Amino acid sequence: MYKSKGRKLGLFILMKGVRMATLLVAICFISFLLVKNSPIDPIQAYIGADMLKVGPEQREKIAEYWGLDQPVMVQFLSWGSAVLKGDLGTSMIFRRPVSEIIGERFLNSLVLMIAAWLLSGVIGFIMGVVAAMKKGTWIDRMIKWYCFTLASTPTFWMGLLILIVFAVWLGWFPVGMGVPAGVLSENVTMVDRIQHLILPVLTISILGVANVALHTRQKLIDVLASDYVLFARARGEQGFVLFWRHGLRNVALPAITLQFAAFSELFGGAVLAEQVFSYPGLGQATVEAGLRGDVPLLLGLVIFSTIFVFVGNLLADLSYHLLDPRMREVRKL
Amino acid sequence: MSILEVENLSVSFKQYTDGFKEINHKVISSLNVTLEAGKILAVVGASGSGKSLLAHAILGILPSNANVSGIIKYEGKELTPIRQTALRGKEIALVPQSVNFLDPLMRVGNQVRTSVKNGDAVSAQRKVFERYRLGKEVEDMYPFQLSGGMARRTLLSTAMVSDAKVIIADEPTPGLDPVVIKEALDNFREFADNGCAVMLITHDIESALQIADKIAVFYAGTTVEIAPVEDFVGNGEAIRHPYTKALWRALPQNEFRPIPGSQPHPSSLPPGCLFEPRCEMATAECRQAPPKMRELRDGMVRCIHAT
Ligand SMILES: Nc1ncnc2c1ncn2[C@@H]1O[C@H](COP(=O)(O)OP(=O)(O)OP(=O)(O)O)[C@@H](O)[C@H]1O
Ligand code: SF4
Ligand SMILES: [Mg+2]
Repeated sequence: MYKSKGRKLGLFILMKGVRMATLLVAICFISFLLVKNSPIDPIQAYIGADMLKVGPEQREKIAEYWGLDQPVMVQFLSWGSAVLKGDLGTSMIFRRPVSEIIGERFLNSLVLMIAAWLLSGVIGFIMGVVAAMKKGTWIDRMIKWYCFTLASTPTFWMGLLILIVFAVWLGWFPVGMGVPAGVLSENVTMVDRIQHLILPVLTISILGVANVALHTRQKLIDVLASDYVLFARARGEQGFVLFWRHGLRNVALPAITLQFAAFSELFGGAVLAEQVFSYPGLGQATVEAGLRGDVPLLLGLVIFSTIFVFVGNLLADLSYHLLDPRMREVRKL
Repeated sequence: MSILEVENLSVSFKQYTDGFKEINHKVISSLNVTLEAGKILAVVGASGSGKSLLAHAILGILPSNANVSGIIKYEGKELTPIRQTALRGKEIALVPQSVNFLDPLMRVGNQVRTSVKNGDAVSAQRKVFERYRLGKEVEDMYPFQLSGGMARRTLLSTAMVSDAKVIIADEPTPGLDPVVIKEALDNFREFADNGCAVMLITHDIESALQIADKIAVFYAGTTVEIAPVEDFVGNGEAIRHPYTKALWRALPQNEFRPIPGSQPHPSSLPPGCLFEPRCEMATAECRQAPPKMRELRDGMVRCIHAT
């Protein structure tokens, strides 16, 4: 019985893997074509402001060096085979291997995203629970109002607002960057890093709670109106005990799944927040790469973010399979 | 001795129609029933006649938009919301209609244990499971893993371990296999024989007649008749109310003749007798005002022409 269960899960992950692979190939191809056909001239982007001093001969040399004189399909295939060997190429703007940049940036972003993910998940869940338990009261109305209006504010706008209030006016936190400016990297302390994290995390979380909160509120309202809560009340349970025994687990499960599935929004939020706070994460790198036509870096980032979002969805599915007894346990009859 | 009395109970729901018009759905009107220790009262009536709502009203677990009037007394004293909160699960227990009333994410053993009010919960649960022939492995199962019969016995166990004096069972007899029905009915008889008062809510008048002491017949949210089971014999001459007679005659072993028409919807109740639109004996007088419940030959009836 357990063996077949394990095999089922293995098959599930295998199928997901195949889907992931085909999705990646398609996304790579489309992104590659899009970038190639965009008005960005990679040579100009590479040289930047010094364009005027470069003669046509030098231009040709550069193009040859990067393989830009080849047909598009050849370029794609040579890039693709390099990717398969684990080589994402060299970033034009950083002049370093793309994988190295992504690895380094990802660590910064990961801290930011995990902090925001946990904070928005926990706070959103609590907000949803409070709203549902106090349904129809002013607390409920406030939480709903918050979720519908404030949470639909654009991230960069919210980021600027927070930056102005907390960093410029109040001066409580540094204005931006991942570490203090002008300090050697070995002298940067943990406290410094955390201080630089707080505002971007706050920005993403303030906006990220809405989904979980509204979903949890509705789910808990449904649960409280369910037959099994009615029966629990008939057996004398009430108040917090009732919520703890029957509300929490029935609501937490979909909330966890939802939070994993929201990885794409998390990534999107991070891109914008990092830009506003000049935080050296993946998001900022993506914007730079896009604006300056750094094709290898941009494509590397596309691959990476696709994997990231896909892993989120996979975790969402897995959390359901592992946590819900209706999925986990086989019918024993 | 009567342990629980329901007098003149009415329940209505406020509902808003599309035009912001507020209408009152009267789903239970002037309902009377009495439960006695050691006795089974079967409550029979068509779907939507207010049987489950009566059970919920006694326990005080109606939804918040319900308006309740009338008096419910427990052991002679009025059952106020405070007393209801204190007594439910301890002295008054519900056996609900289906497995949906169990928490889907909680092991059934734990759910039965939360019903134990005195003493060691684990041993009480194991004992009752053994009694109802639920194997040792059942306590670790989730509701979705139970068969229909196992679910019934688990629901019964919750009432059994609570040591309640009043058991209200909302029975889903249709669709269950006859062996399971027989077993459930025997269990209720056993509750009563141990001194409990049992209210058995059912669609199935035949099985009710096998074990109940009295039958209360519901129609459109009210009791039309309360009769001892002995009255249900022959062609139903001893039965008082035209609706009950019609129900009796509709049984397969009798005339097997269905009653024409259908129960009125709570939003459009007739002004006089609720059964009047379908009654063969109706007269102009029946349309004037709802008949009062009155005593007749060792039973109660809500019909002005009953003899
Ligand atoms: N929350 C509610 N709001 C409005 N009307 C309701 C509500 N709950 C029940 N009703 C109505 O009250 C009436 C009686 O319902 P109830 O559940 O007591 O019927 P029942 O006799 O138990 O039926 P069944 O045999 O199908 O279980 C029905 O017409 C139903 O539509
Ligand atoms: S009161 Fe009239 S309408 Fe109602 S049941 Fe009796 S005879 Fe029929
Ligand atoms: Mg019912």
